[in-house]
Amino acid sequence: MTKLGQWLCGLAVLGSAWAALALAPPGLQLATPYRQALLPLPVYLLVAFGCYSLATVGYRLATFNDCEEAAAELQEHISAARADLRRRGLRF
Amino acid sequence: ILRPRARKLGLGTAYIHGMKHATGNFIVIMDADLSHHPKFIPEFIRKQKEGNFDIVSGTRYKGNGGVYGWDLKRKLISRGANFITQVLLRPGASDLTGSFRLYRKEVLQKLMEKCVSKGYVFQMEMIVRARQLGYTIGEVPISFVDRVYGESKLGGNEIVSFLKGLLTLFATT
Repeated sequence: MTKLGQWLCGLAVLGSAWAALALAPPGLQLATPYRQALLPLPVYLLVAFGCYSLATVGYRLATFNDCEEAAAELQEHISAARADLRRRGLRF
Repeated sequence: ILRPRARKLGLGTAYIHGMKHATGNFIVIMDADLSHHPKFIPEFIRKQKEGNFDIVSGTRYKGNGGVYGWDLKRKLISRGANFITQVLLRPGASDLTGSFRLYRKEVLQKLMEKCVSKGYVFQMEMIVRARQLGYTIGEVPISFVDRVYGESKLGGNEIVSFLKGLLTLFATT
């Protein structure tokens, strides 16, 4: 199954469970507090996911390694390599 | 040993061209503009032996991997794109758009046959298809020192084609 397929299945299962419990016709309804909590749940989850995304990307952005030593080392290697090649007769 | 080509013909065909001339059992793919340092190659080899991996992928996002020469905007785009990719594709590898990798020769050949996209998406597709085919993937932190030579090409067009490619992979794999 494709990832899209997995997402659609998952959403279908969760969606129908939510609809069955939160939008049930009178007579099959849960007690009022439960219905009141269940009804806005999808929006809450969406917002929660949005916050999680921002926090995660922000954290990863802040902890993105800056390899200063790698850059300095590379410059050294380049000059060493050029000197070596020049010695062997290569002209730049 | 250098095997130059007539002119710039594209990354995919470059891989194929390289494979034709390769004589070993493993192939290391890397950028030639010194943003990928050959000093990591022994680490790739060591990692491959450690877990008998089919692919070893260099990652800029884990361990002491990292980048040099990127401004905040570039880093944000990178992390943001990677996050979306992780959520949608759950690929099991931390760095999907990196192109510093070690492949078993037969694995690279098989993947080249199956992959259809271009550019950044091509690198992602390689990993995703490898997962599909059950290949094992190990990771090695690498440092990416942004182009000492050459010009970078991350513009609006690149971002749009990245998103299109990502959605295609999402819908087809």
